[in-house]
Amino acid sequence: MIVTFSGALDEASNRATLSFRQHLEQLGVPGVLETSTSLASVYIRFSPDDLDHASLAARLQEQLETRDWYRQPLPSGRRFWRVPTVYGTDLAPQLPEAADAAGLTEAQAIDSLGSARVRVLTIGFAPGQPYLGQLGQEWDLPRQTELTPMVPRGALVLAIRQFVLFSSSTPTGWRHVGQTGLMLFRPESETPFALRAGDELQFDPVSKADFLKLREEDAVFGGAACEEIPA
Amino acid sequence: MRGLKVLKIGPVASVQDLGRPGLLDQGVSRGGAADQLALAEGAALLRQDQGLAALEMGGMGGVFEAICPLRVALTGAPMAATLDGTALAWNASHRMEAGQRLEIGPARRGVYGYLHLGGGVDTEPVLGARSAHLAAGLGQAVTVGDVLPAGDDHAAEVGLTLAGQDRFQGGELRIVESFQSALFPPEVRARFGDTEFRRGARANRMGVEMLSDGEGFAAAGQLNILSEIIVPGDVQLTGDGKPFVLLREAQTTGGYPRIGTVLPCDLPKVAQAQAGVSLRFRWVSLEEGLGLQDKHDRELRALPGGCQPLLRDPGAMSDLLSYQLISGAVSALADPLITGEDT
Repeated sequence: MIVTFSGALDEASNRATLSFRQHLEQLGVPGVLETSTSLASVYIRFSPDDLDHASLAARLQEQLETRDWYRQPLPSGRRFWRVPTVYGTDLAPQLPEAADAAGLTEAQAIDSLGSARVRVLTIGFAPGQPYLGQLGQEWDLPRQTELTPMVPRGALVLAIRQFVLFSSSTPTGWRHVGQTGLMLFRPESETPFALRAGDELQFDPVSKADFLKLREEDAVFGGAACEEIPA
Repeated sequence: MRGLKVLKIGPVASVQDLGRPGLLDQGVSRGGAADQLALAEGAALLRQDQGLAALEMGGMGGVFEAICPLRVALTGAPMAATLDGTALAWNASHRMEAGQRLEIGPARRGVYGYLHLGGGVDTEPVLGARSAHLAAGLGQAVTVGDVLPAGDDHAAEVGLTLAGQDRFQGGELRIVESFQSALFPPEVRARFGDTEFRRGARANRMGVEMLSDGEGFAAAGQLNILSEIIVPGDVQLTGDGKPFVLLREAQTTGGYPRIGTVLPCDLPKVAQAQAGVSLRFRWVSLEEGLGLQDKHDRELRALPGGCQPLLRDPGAMSDLLSYQLISGAVSALADPLITGEDT
C-alpha cells in the first residue's frame, strides 16, 4: 500500500513523506513488514494474513489525520555529510556543458553546486544510491537523450534540480559534474549503507590534486565526514 | 569440506534462496530464486527448510562432481540429468557418492532449473541471504572450479518425487489493479486482458518483455510521474506501450506507469516462460487475487506431504510411460522430450 503526499516533487511533500514514515516505524503497526519512501510517497508492505487491506487503509487514514504532515519537522537522527568533490577536470568532464546549460560560468557553477546543502530525498534504483535535492531553478536541466556509457563509482551527476551520487559505476543520462571518493555501499561491512533518507550533504570543492590525495588516504570515504544534525 | 565441484556450468548459474526482503529503503530489491515454487519443491524433496539455498541454472545445467556422499534434488525447468551416465528423474531427490558425476543438460521447457543439496548450498550469507544479486553487486555467477559447499544435512531420505506443477509453457497470468492502473483508460485495460502476448527476447532475473501484435498499451495524458517503489509482479509499460513484467531482482523504484500487478503465485510462470511462449493476463479482483494466493500458499505448505517414493509398483504407476524402461524403445504417443519430470 502506498501513501502519496504529492504528484510532483517539492520540499514539503518530501519532508511529510520522511516524517510520516518515521512515525509509522515508531508506531509499529502489527502486520506491517517493511516501510520505505520514494520522493513523495511512503510504501508499506504488509502480510495480508495478519492485516487486511481495509484495516490498514483505515489505520493509515487515521494517522494521516493526527496532524498536518506538510508542516512537520524532518525526522530526528539525521546526519550532515561534507564530501570533498572535484568539479570538472577529466574526472568530471561534463561540468562545462552543465554550467553552460544553466547560464553560468564554470566558476559560478562550482560556487553554486559547492555551496548547496542538499537532502537525501530518497534512496533507490541501486543499493545505497541517493537522489539529492533540490538545487536552484537554474539547475532544472533535462536528462541527456543519449546515455553516457559509463561513469565511475562516486560520480556526482545532475539533472532536473537533483544530484545523484552513484554507488557503483553505471551508464547514465545525467551529467557528470563532480567526482567524490565516497563509497555508499559496502556489502561486507558492518555498516553497509553510508546514507539514510533525510541525511543532508554538501559537496565541498577541492582541487584534483587534493582529491587524489584524500582518496589515497581514505579509500572508503574519500575524506568525507559526517555529524549528527541536532534535533 | 562437503559439497559439489563444478566441472562445467552454463552462463547464468548462481546461488539463490528466498532473497533479502526488507532493504527497499536502501535501494536493494529482494531478489532470490526466480522460481520460488522450485525452491519449495526442492526443500520438500530433501525434507529440509525452504530457506536453504540452491543452485539456479538459467537455460543450461552443468557437470558436477561430488567430493563426498550427499543428497541432491532437481526441480524447476526440466533438464536432462544423468548420474555417471544413468538417467535421473527430474523433480526428485537422489543420492550421490563421492566421485560420482552429475550431468545436467539444457532446459527442455522453461528457463530456470534448480540443483538442491542436502543441507543447502552453504555459502557465506551477505546482508542476511546467500542469493547472488548481480545487479546490486552482491555475490557472483558460479563458474568452473567453484565448489558448492553443502551445509550440515540433518535428513537421509532420497528417492522421493513430487508431481511438479507445470509452469513451463506460459498460459494465464492473474493480475490485479494497482495504484497506477487508473492512468490507463478502461478500454486499454480491457484490451490488455484480451490480448495474447508472447515472451520477448529481453528477459532476465529483473524482468520479462511481453510482445503482442497491434497497438501498444499507453497511459492517458502526460507521463511525468514520479518514480515509485516497484514490487515483484508489477507490469510496467515503457514509452512505446510495451509491457515488462518485473521480477524479484528489478530495481527498487521506477518511473514508467504500471498497469497492474501479477499475483506472486503466477510469477514462476513468467520467469519460466521461454522466448516465444504464449501468455495472457486475466484481471481478477483484489479479493479473488488474495484467495488465489492464499490457496497457493496452502499448497506450498502441503508440498512435503505430497512427496512420493520414486520407485513404485509398476502396476500402480500412472506415469509408467514416462520412464525409459527399455533402452531404445520410443512411445509412439508420448513426446520423446518429455520424460516424466512433471507428470
